[in-house]
Amino acid sequence: MYTHKELQRIANELRIDIIKAISRAKSGHPGGSLSAIDIIVYLFFNEIKRTKENALDPDRDRFVLSKGHGVPALYSVFARLGLITNEELMNLRVLGSRTQGHPSYTDLPFVESSTGSLGQGLSVAIGIALAGKLDKKDYRVYCMIGDGEMQEGQIWEALLSAPKFNLDNLCVILDYNKSQIDGYVKDVMNLEPIKEKLIAFNWNVLEIDGHNFAEIEKAINQSKTIKQKPSFIIAHTVKGKGVSFMEDKVDWHGKAPNEKETELALQELKKLLDING
Amino acid sequence: MGKSTRLAFGETIAQLGELYPQIVVLDADLSKSTMSNLFAKKFPDRFFEMGIQEANMIGISAGLALSGKVSYACSFACFIAGRYDTIRVSVAYNKANVRIIGTHAGIGIGEDGTTQMGLEDISLMRSLPNFSVCQPCDEIETRELIKYSVTHNGPMYIRLTRQNLDDIFDDNYKFEFGKGVQLSDGNDAVIFATGSLVSEALKASKILKQKGINLRVINIHTIKPIDKEIIIKSARECGLIFTAEDHNIIGGLGSAVAEVLSENYPAKIIRIGLPDVFGESGTPEALYKKYGFDAESLAVKIESSLKK
Ligand SMILES: Cc1ncc(C[n+]2csc(CCOP(=O)(O)OP(=O)(O)O)c2C)c(N)n1
Repeated sequence: MYTHKELQRIANELRIDIIKAISRAKSGHPGGSLSAIDIIVYLFFNEIKRTKENALDPDRDRFVLSKGHGVPALYSVFARLGLITNEELMNLRVLGSRTQGHPSYTDLPFVESSTGSLGQGLSVAIGIALAGKLDKKDYRVYCMIGDGEMQEGQIWEALLSAPKFNLDNLCVILDYNKSQIDGYVKDVMNLEPIKEKLIAFNWNVLEIDGHNFAEIEKAINQSKTIKQKPSFIIAHTVKGKGVSFMEDKVDWHGKAPNEKETELALQELKKLLDING
Repeated sequence: MGKSTRLAFGETIAQLGELYPQIVVLDADLSKSTMSNLFAKKFPDRFFEMGIQEANMIGISAGLALSGKVSYACSFACFIAGRYDTIRVSVAYNKANVRIIGTHAGIGIGEDGTTQMGLEDISLMRSLPNFSVCQPCDEIETRELIKYSVTHNGPMYIRLTRQNLDDIFDDNYKFEFGKGVQLSDGNDAVIFATGSLVSEALKASKILKQKGINLRVINIHTIKPIDKEIIIKSARECGLIFTAEDHNIIGGLGSAVAEVLSENYPAKIIRIGLPDVFGESGTPEALYKKYGFDAESLAVKIESSLKK
């Protein structure tokens, strides 16, 4: 188990890797990668405890990134854990590389499912959770969705079905960064009130600050104690978290920083490492 | 290098909005990419931002069309064609005047990779009764096609590129729905090309000309209903027949040409397209080279086939 301070440091180091990889690729999605990384780091390091050895173990806990465009965050964790090389991480989106622009299961099975067409990953996660019940395995399935993604009809079909099957081995995390491509979620297609909707849909609903490791830990632990119901964690996050000029800026959804912007971003992130020790 | 056909679409639809009050435009959180935002800025009351809800957008477009509007429903080709049964029943079966605008066609989008590439969309849309399927090859053809589309009767699928394309036509170009356009003379071989591969085919014809090979290039902007006459005539007059498209070789232009020829003038056809694979990430240029879509690869393929 890592301390929260250690997790914070790892996440900030990975923020640096994410910016470097997207900058080298000259395309990609920094905003939603930076908002998601703290939660993904918590899950991989302290909860599902992924290692090279257990990466394809049939009993492993799973993590499905339904918002597939955030995959630089996932690749940065994979590289840190030795599942891919650092060179592969930095060859993001390069012809022939396993680090495809969006998760490709056939190239890299550690992603658990190909995603990138929004709205699909949660249903696949439910399928994996159902199989776990059928096979009497006690693995847990974590699935992260985006708030823009949550507008998809298939998400609401999935939200109806997981409680029906009493999937207490499923935990969904909403990366609620309030922003998508055409603007803020509240303007594009409002989701609120989310909590009340999900309670009405029979989910165990939790609400946290998605950048606070103590709150992430508490929510994940609570979700494991609930029987017969799937859990849904509404994680309030900041799009572009850690790089001041990207934070909460719709424009930083899907573009790479240029050389100068990259330098600025890296300076800021390195400063964060110094402050937080 | 000219404009992308998605930009030409956005500019044209924003102009046409003034002339035709029946035009409505819908988008699913990609208006800055499909360029429908140009219409949105000018006509906010007739633009509907749906968020990431392609199926709902298509259904609402159908309802609007059944009530007298001409609906332009815009997203990436993969996501919109992916909502197939909604298109099939609410749009095609209803014969609703919906224009499905699918941008980011083919591997030409580059780095984003497979899930963002429309690679099977022509095939899907072509097999829906009542549907017309069009893919313009440059800015001017896009402009003329979009103008035409406002008064067309029945649903249409219009496939557009992310990447910029060479200018092929000038302001005198007359768009004729359902008609192929011959772009270069020649009897040694013919290539039927569509969309982004038209300019590659034209450049290939120039490379081949220097080697004494005369390639006839035919631009097929309307893949359905297809111009049977020009296909049969060219097949008769040219020895070798090629098709070229940034799409799976199954179900697209190559299949459409094969269907026409097998029933009317059986001949061997060499189809150039994605060999039934999903595509991948990479720069557009590297991908075009890898899959043999660039002018040089096309020229090499045609020359070597002639020698056989
Ligand atoms: C089905 C589908 N439609 C459209 C897109 C294009 N797209 C990619 S990311 C994105 C916005 C996603 O917003 P959100 O889920 O909030 O992600 P985040 O803000 O966390 O990056 C869109 C519309 C897509 N990938 N899939």
